[in-house]
Amino acid sequence: MKKTADVIIIGGGIVGCASAYYLAKAGVKDIIVLEASRSIGHGGSSRNGGGVRQSGRDVRELPIAMCAVQKFWPSLSDELGVDTEYTRQGNIRMGKTEAHLRKLDTLTTNCRNMGLDVRMIDRKEVHAINPYLSDQVIGASFCPTDGHANPLTTTLGYYIRALEKGVRFYTNARVMALEKVRGQVRKVRMEDGAVLEADTILLAAGYASRKIMNTVGLEVPMHDEIDCCLVTEMEPKMFPQMLGCADADFYGHQTRHGSFVFGAVAGPEMLMDEDTDKVNFAHAATLGASCRAIEGYVPLLKNAKIVRSWTGWCDCTSDGVCVLGRPEETPGLVLACGFNGHGFGTAPAVGYMMAQTILGEQTLVDLSPLRYERFQEMIG
Amino acid sequence: MFDIQEKLKEIGPYVPESDDDLLVCRCEEVTKGEIRRAVHEGITTIEEMRRFLRCGMGLCQGQTCGMLTRRLVARELRVPQSEMDVATSRAPMRPVAMETGGRDLGVEKPAAGGDAE
Repeated sequence: MKKTADVIIIGGGIVGCASAYYLAKAGVKDIIVLEASRSIGHGGSSRNGGGVRQSGRDVRELPIAMCAVQKFWPSLSDELGVDTEYTRQGNIRMGKTEAHLRKLDTLTTNCRNMGLDVRMIDRKEVHAINPYLSDQVIGASFCPTDGHANPLTTTLGYYIRALEKGVRFYTNARVMALEKVRGQVRKVRMEDGAVLEADTILLAAGYASRKIMNTVGLEVPMHDEIDCCLVTEMEPKMFPQMLGCADADFYGHQTRHGSFVFGAVAGPEMLMDEDTDKVNFAHAATLGASCRAIEGYVPLLKNAKIVRSWTGWCDCTSDGVCVLGRPEETPGLVLACGFNGHGFGTAPAVGYMMAQTILGEQTLVDLSPLRYERFQEMIG
Repeated sequence: MFDIQEKLKEIGPYVPESDDDLLVCRCEEVTKGEIRRAVHEGITTIEEMRRFLRCGMGLCQGQTCGMLTRRLVARELRVPQSEMDVATSRAPMRPVAMETGGRDLGVEKPAAGGDAE
């Protein structure tokens, strides 16, 4: 194995694969991607519910989500030569009570102020857009340019195209530490003792990023949180929108294939102090709670059969948004982590802009609100 | 560390076989040829294969085709089958209606004087 490269990417998830793809496309010849597990995209990248959402986003990351929807998603299937199943038919965030509607109204106003087309709709309109919803739904927020896609084919699509362009991918490749050479982060120490070296290192390893960045003195206040999804057997075509609700009981959509994918947490997961590497199941109450929540909003689905449930870990930062870019104190290192469970929809734009950051170009949108230093500024 | 580029070089390009149109996964209608071709594109684990082609992701969750897929991928990668990890088994063991899944808090409780715990 050749132990040097122009760029080493730590993390073979969608952000790592997309960054590798855009770097290779820009002409960078020598790129290594290191994935700790045995499969590419084995973390949140292929365990999420497939939302491509702008509405309800924190204003600091909304411009990235809008950029992804405007510039990347519409042409991504053609670009990657795989069917990403991208569907832009809107996101309905439902409310059943006046308190729900007030909450949705605040989210909607925040996003509208940033230029997003999202609005409140009344009972009549929400049932006209989606006739399958429960009568208990009294209103919703609706963002017509939101949607969903298939995270499995999208992630592996970026991987396959990057591989084709000569990117060197290693699986079972766990990183233990970063090391500086004359003030510059250059070396990557592997679990098996091997040491790799590159001009730039991109750290996109989900929650594992925290321990790795700690080895060069960086720290992002983050915790890991487990989240659960389920999928049903194929059902006749019902509706194309992405669903969510004010109370966050569940979210989900019908895939092109016909099955419904839903995600939810029951709550006890947050209190389960488990090791990310060893545990990959939700609390036993979650499947039942999810079923009741889904039936409560889409009653007709009570007969839909669940064929599988699964979980994934979210890397959650203390202020709810990701960390992107080059920390000032660690030249040579670029961070892309802490996506808080909603990094899939923005990943194409993030991957593109990580490539721009590494190449020293100006990014498509201003990433400074997401810089690493914001946490130090909070402490003062 | 598993070097994917090296592995792809070692196994060479995809070579069609006469029975490549055989259905391996009946639930999702995935053929032997599709699975074999995907290996040469870089899909080297059962988990990746399921995610990429949907084989073993249907109603039976790979209970019928799981071993066949494993054998095909192992042969294509030129490794013993025992080296291929199988897919994680997940709840529910059999397809369960949403309504049934939501009854984990119990159904109607027996009246007082009924069955004791």
